[in-house]
Amino acid sequence: MSTLASVPTGEAVTFWVLGPFAVIAAVMMVLSRNAVHAALFLAGVMLSLAGLYAAQDAPFLAAVQVIVYTGAVLMLFLFVLMLVGVDSSDSLVETLRGQRVAAFVLGLGFAVLLISALASGVGSGDGVGLEEANAEGNVIGIARLLFTKYVFAFEITSALLITAALGAMVLAHKEKGPTHLNQRQLSRARFASGHPHPLPGPGVFATHDSTATAALLPDGSEAPGSVDPALSEPHIGDSGQSVHHR
Amino acid sequence: MIILGAGHDNTQLPLTSFGNEPFWLTIGKAVFVFVLLVVLTLFSIVFERKIVSYMQQRVGPNRVGPRGYLQSLADGLKLALKEEIIPQLADKPVYVLAPILSAVPAFLAFSVIPFGPKVSIAGHQTALQLTDLPVGVLFIFAMSSIGVFGLVLAGWSSGSTYPLLGGLRSAAQVISYEIAMGLSLVAVFLYAGSLSTSEIVAAQSPSTFHLLGSTFPRPGWFIVTLPVSFVIYVIAMVGETNRAPFDLPEAESELVGGFHTEYTSLKFAMFFLAEYINMITVSALAVTLFLGGWQAPFPFSRVEWMTTGWFPLVWFLLKVVGFIFFFIWLRGTLPRMRYDQFMKLGWKGLVPISLVWILLVAAIRTASLEVADRRTLLMVVFGIFLAVMVVFYLLPQPEPDPSPAEGSGLELLPVSEGGFPTPPLDLVVPPTPRSLAGVGAVTTGPATSTALPPPPPATEEIGRG
Repeated sequence: MSTLASVPTGEAVTFWVLGPFAVIAAVMMVLSRNAVHAALFLAGVMLSLAGLYAAQDAPFLAAVQVIVYTGAVLMLFLFVLMLVGVDSSDSLVETLRGQRVAAFVLGLGFAVLLISALASGVGSGDGVGLEEANAEGNVIGIARLLFTKYVFAFEITSALLITAALGAMVLAHKEKGPTHLNQRQLSRARFASGHPHPLPGPGVFATHDSTATAALLPDGSEAPGSVDPALSEPHIGDSGQSVHHR
Repeated sequence: MIILGAGHDNTQLPLTSFGNEPFWLTIGKAVFVFVLLVVLTLFSIVFERKIVSYMQQRVGPNRVGPRGYLQSLADGLKLALKEEIIPQLADKPVYVLAPILSAVPAFLAFSVIPFGPKVSIAGHQTALQLTDLPVGVLFIFAMSSIGVFGLVLAGWSSGSTYPLLGGLRSAAQVISYEIAMGLSLVAVFLYAGSLSTSEIVAAQSPSTFHLLGSTFPRPGWFIVTLPVSFVIYVIAMVGETNRAPFDLPEAESELVGGFHTEYTSLKFAMFFLAEYINMITVSALAVTLFLGGWQAPFPFSRVEWMTTGWFPLVWFLLKVVGFIFFFIWLRGTLPRMRYDQFMKLGWKGLVPISLVWILLVAAIRTASLEVADRRTLLMVVFGIFLAVMVVFYLLPQPEPDPSPAEGSGLELLPVSEGGFPTPPLDLVVPPTPRSLAGVGAVTTGPATSTALPPPPPATEEIGRG
């Protein structure tokens, strides 16, 4: 416990602000009924963890925590929640027999494992110190560890992630339906069809679209009054026949 | 840390100096950054309206202040005095949180941007930069990924359809383009050997190289050495800031206003502010990473007083305003893209090109650092180039579009090779009815005679016209 006393003031203040915040947000995440609120509390937990990393001279880890967990993973959560619809209420019917008991037992076991591992780690720690770990710079130090000592674990993890991505793509794959014509093909088809313009509406002559074209009655004669009188006024020397302009 | 740039030691402070400055100096710089961002925002709004109106041959704002340049200040004051409306269906805590989540990270991201070299303020040697981290550029990314939460939560918490669609669109857009943006920066990190903004600027300082016994100046800016990264970054930064032609999340013709449709008063003002500050930040990041930051452009980089002290602040601001003009120019020129085209560009265009480019840059970088024999290197590169060309030559050519016009009245029209009805070269124009009427030899069928009697004589036609 003597190591805890040597923590600088700034770091202690950061811890006592962010630590309780993270715990409260974690509890609220479990307790909140609204799925989006729960996701937001989880974001709060992750951001305070990032703050704690930054306070402990691990800026790379802090930045990656925010970018990957808060920015990408949690954003995907939110995305799915919004697409599914947050108003759909959770069903409280147990579909798997004994699920709650199993969950409780497994959770307890995990907690025991975690606490015992942490306790032994904190008790018997013989850390070499941050100065040595960050001797070459934080980013370079992490890169050196990641690509020398832990390169196999790193590659295995990336293979796992690629497998997961491929699996998701296979599951989500859908056979393409009938091929759609693109804009260029549609344009060509329209011009080649013989009438690039829209077809006239019903009841309109296909050959004329002038306002001076008279409408036809079912027997083929002109409908009286279908042409404006100003357009069909008789002409001098004309025998009363209507005038049509094209 | 490796600092590659040579000859600029009098303008560069080590990374460890940040955070060990007197308190009042840090506060002063923070206030300066805040004021700079707000003033730049007010300026860019009115600048945008002026430029767009010039491009559209209008006058633009010309009433408030000298030549209308105080218009956005007046608009901001008016916006703050407007009534605050919270929709009944809104999720109130999230609705209030969203604009804060949007605006605060926008300000924070600018804190690691270097806007000038080392200066002396009241006896203290300090860099014109609020702070710097070994992971400075990643910090900007982290802030922008928190900013997306603001947009998404605003869309969801409004309890309305259009904002929800806008929020979803913006989330998908920013996440997709963040990948392309991050990949475009990898090449810069490889060449600069650092993730810190001040060291990336230092790595772009002009240097020299020796060839054939003489010394040549080497272009330092990464826009010259890494042009592909620059182009990808510029496209991705427009997508990242939801600006035209990628402004699908707030497409006013489809979604009314996107995620901020239901927002009013100061909350809306905060979104507006965040959008413009994000624009300024990505511009400043582009300047920092590719255009040498505050360093002077070529002919002026020889002048001592233009490269040291306070003057480089002018270069930095000029470059940033240049990028803002570029944003406005794009908005005034390009129509909005369709959503699927936009996603296709991001995932199938920018990301694969970035990956191939990173591979290439990493190979060249490793080779130039480890292979001493330049001639072997050149021959290997030439061999790879030849192999790629041969593969492209042997690839099957894509077949041209099959003409989809079989048996659809195609034979009725004179159709040229392209499939479009263009007149044939030996076209004989048939006589018009009017010329035939002049001769007096028109015979029409009984069906058309009612609808189309012989046209009146030509003289009368002219008299009426």
